[in-house]
Amino acid sequence: MSSAATTPPSVDRVDGFSRKSVRKAKQKRSQSSSQFRSQGKPIELTPLPLLKDVPAPEQPELFLKKLQQCCTIFDFMDTLSDLKMKEYKRSMLNELVDYVTVSRGYLTEQTYPEVVKMVSCNIFRTLPPSESNEFDPEEDEPTLEASWPHLQLVYEFFIRFLESQEFQPSIAKKYIDQKFVLQLLDLFDSEDPRERDYLKTVLHRIYGKFLGLRAFIRKQINNIFLRFVYETEHFSGVAELLEILGSIINGFALPLKAEHKQFLVKVLIPLHTVRSLSLFHAQLAYCIVQFLEKDPTLTEPVIRGLLKFWPKTCSQKEVMFLGELEEILDVIEPTQFVKIQEPLFKQISKCVSSPHFQVSERALYYWNNEYIMSLIEENSSVILPIMFASLYRISKEHWNPAIVALVYNVLKAFMEMNSLLFDELTATYKSERQREKKKEKEREELWKKLEDLKLKRGICSDSVIPT
Amino acid sequence: MAGADGDDSLYPIAVLIDELRNEDVQLRLNSIKKLSTIALALGVERTRTELLPFLTDTIYDEDEVLLALAEQLGNFTMLVGGPEYVHCLLPPLESLATVEETVVRDKAVESLRKISHEHSPVDLEVHFEPLVKRLASGDWFTSRTSACGLFSVCYPRVSSTVKAEIRQHFRTLCSDDTPMVRRAAASKLGEFAKVLELEYVKSDIISLFTALASDEQDSVRLLAVEACVSIATLLPQEDLEALVMPTLRQAAEDKSWRVRYMVADKFSELQKAVGPEITKNDLVPAFQNLLKDCEAEVRAAAANKVKEFCENLPEDSRETIIMSHILPCVKELVSDTNQHVKSALASVIMGLSTILGKDNTIEHLLPLFLAQLKDECPEVRLNIISNLDCVNEVIGIRQLSQSLLPAIVELAEDAKWRVRLAIIEYMPLLAGQLGVEFFDEKLNSLCMAWLVDHVYAIREAATCNLMKLVEKFGAEWAQNTIVPKVLGMANDPNYLHRMTTLFCINALSEACGQDITTKQMLPVVLKMSNDQVANVRFNVAKSLQKIGPVLDSNALQTEVKPVLEKLATDQDMDVKYFAQEAISVLALA
Repeated sequence: MSSAATTPPSVDRVDGFSRKSVRKAKQKRSQSSSQFRSQGKPIELTPLPLLKDVPAPEQPELFLKKLQQCCTIFDFMDTLSDLKMKEYKRSMLNELVDYVTVSRGYLTEQTYPEVVKMVSCNIFRTLPPSESNEFDPEEDEPTLEASWPHLQLVYEFFIRFLESQEFQPSIAKKYIDQKFVLQLLDLFDSEDPRERDYLKTVLHRIYGKFLGLRAFIRKQINNIFLRFVYETEHFSGVAELLEILGSIINGFALPLKAEHKQFLVKVLIPLHTVRSLSLFHAQLAYCIVQFLEKDPTLTEPVIRGLLKFWPKTCSQKEVMFLGELEEILDVIEPTQFVKIQEPLFKQISKCVSSPHFQVSERALYYWNNEYIMSLIEENSSVILPIMFASLYRISKEHWNPAIVALVYNVLKAFMEMNSLLFDELTATYKSERQREKKKEKEREELWKKLEDLKLKRGICSDSVIPT
Repeated sequence: MAGADGDDSLYPIAVLIDELRNEDVQLRLNSIKKLSTIALALGVERTRTELLPFLTDTIYDEDEVLLALAEQLGNFTMLVGGPEYVHCLLPPLESLATVEETVVRDKAVESLRKISHEHSPVDLEVHFEPLVKRLASGDWFTSRTSACGLFSVCYPRVSSTVKAEIRQHFRTLCSDDTPMVRRAAASKLGEFAKVLELEYVKSDIISLFTALASDEQDSVRLLAVEACVSIATLLPQEDLEALVMPTLRQAAEDKSWRVRYMVADKFSELQKAVGPEITKNDLVPAFQNLLKDCEAEVRAAAANKVKEFCENLPEDSRETIIMSHILPCVKELVSDTNQHVKSALASVIMGLSTILGKDNTIEHLLPLFLAQLKDECPEVRLNIISNLDCVNEVIGIRQLSQSLLPAIVELAEDAKWRVRLAIIEYMPLLAGQLGVEFFDEKLNSLCMAWLVDHVYAIREAATCNLMKLVEKFGAEWAQNTIVPKVLGMANDPNYLHRMTTLFCINALSEACGQDITTKQMLPVVLKMSNDQVANVRFNVAKSLQKIGPVLDSNALQTEVKPVLEKLATDQDMDVKYFAQEAISVLALA
């Protein structure tokens, strides 16, 4: 801050408010958790001997003491305070990480609450306000957690603890409960990608080991997503949660429970509407395809859902949708394909005629996919009439020569598939267009008539009122 | 007339159905937006028996279409035959109130609230209240969130048994297991409390309020803070301490900054709701803490409320509280590390001077203003400058200028043009109050310097400023101090500066009068018609058009006309255009 004040003003003189890129450079990139700060008094911890230096019988007690000391939280935004003690805690955490990895017999029943308490003290905190309203991964640097030197070791320790051979979920479930999981899920909103990565592993382990918490975890993730879609559009950890869900879905038993289907249709599909889709689209598409591989009868509702939420103005998102649709078509069963082909190809036909060449191009690439081609060929009598008009028009009108070339190939493919129908459509193209125009005119006239009728009625009722 | 449209009346529904099924969303949307036309054409009976059932059955569409439908139905009462039949609108709106998309649902609820008032008390119990119950016990969270917004509109007009049921439903939703529903309930808690009888406010609402305010999710807790304002207003003073204050104290120290932010943001409302005594004992320390909060967002929200909070303090102890409790915190905020906090403070801090009076302002506030005027962040400086007037009223311009003038002069050359602009806008006021002599001595050179600023907005404002100064100080002053300098710029090598001369002349001619305009300004303008830069030349044409009315007819005919005629044959298109325009406006053709 003070350095900004002393920079010579002449640099700034040029005017105006600094550009985004310039502002960015000045922004501080680390932040601390939003906690009430300790009152600025220096923190003193009495140094304890190393675990390996005391006889084995005394180790469990010393281990507990160390856990208790690690509950002390330091202020990392003040880089100068408590340096010695910060280092002491860091080395102690390191020692604890090693200890839970190699030692045997340290996990007594009374250790569990102490471990969970230490972890909770350190990781559970209210996340600070986000500095940037709209996080753009290509422009913005993620804000990093200032206390990471300690936090990382705490996460590391917790994961080793959960993975330890002596770990007994039946005892731990008293402490790692719903409230614990809820707070853990809140942390996925952390802006620090390193933290979210650790959280992912932690949650995965908990989901794996605590059967009693599974339904609860899924429900809470549901709530996070619904809030994200319908209320805030802001949550940093969507991609990580989806990644975990990907492997959860993989493990679902067949037939799928209604709860899971509802999750697919009412949560995963609406996630496509969010502005920041690009940040988690790969993981989302993976989840969707996982579902369809489990239960192909879900194909129709899924594709209808995507069509309902098809992006209207954002070409980038349209390209993502087309990519996802191709992934779905890669695994689609021919019987399902037939059910959905009409609305599907009406949309594809619109995409092909998009003036944005990337959208058009992405849609036309479908014709390079052998499996999709075979499906189209089997159903050419339905698909060709839907696609024909746009293809024919683009071949004459599209501004981008690459698109025109691609369209020629598609038309050629169709001609080879079903030359009879192709000739017929070519012949009737003009009269079809005229018929459409006529219909348009009729519609206008109908509305006009209706308007007249309304006027008449209006006059009627007006004259009725006074009497 | 009824017979004439007998045949026609068959097709509207067919048209609608056809249009509603059209593949083009836009066409579907159009037909929904003209729904009232269709209904009117159909007449009330067929609207009830055909159109509404059709709409209820076909609700599966794009959210955009549904939104339009939800909105339309709120205005449909007359179209279904008036209040007597208004309940026919409930089925389609009920389905819309369960849709996922929030905007559609909200619109449906809005329409339901609207038509609820058109129900008779009997219809309300027979038709409306059962709908609310169904929504409140729906499977999916969307219908339950919608229900939250409907309790308060039917509660006042139903029997006491039904009232008891409604209260029960509301209680259930407040402890729903999805946070979305609890949030919806929490956000309607205040509204619902207002329609309840006082005994139930005390027995029901308070426990719900306490529970929501300690919810595990901060997004729920912060909504309880909002409800706190309405609830506190409803309760008699003697109950506040026991029923509301424990929760409010807890919220002000919540571990989540979002909740504390909400408390800070609603502080003035809370203060009014709890009254002067509690304010003195509880809110003052709470406010101090918020001003010192560890999170900048909270401090900024609190800083924004400093003036209002102080204004609303009880008069007998206001000054003492401000001086001993609030001002020390404010002093710290002046040098806060976060610019948003400082800027929020700067936008209200000047208001304290009216509350504290002249002596305190000079002794305690002026140093703070000065510090903020020199703040490194332009927004802070700007906020101070744009609020100078309230200080001016308290301590007078003399005092103000003596203490602040050096800082103002410095800001006149600020690197940020918006700051310079704010200062310029202050000049006529300063000039008026300081008098000619003082102005000439201290500020005149600044005003002239702005004319050659590199930002157009500043040059423009400077021009306008000159005009206002001339209006204050008179033509003679203009002739001696300003006009020579302005006209001198006509020979500047930079064409932008030469144009500034023209702009100044445009602005000044009227205030300076015919004599100065004809004798001193006109020759310069005419000479500039030979400028190499076309922009200057067409501005000459514009200027002549502007100052024409001030000149006498002789000068117009003999001097202006030939020049304009020459410009009208200029090789540049724009010059020609503006010259011709001037000729026709001045009627010289």
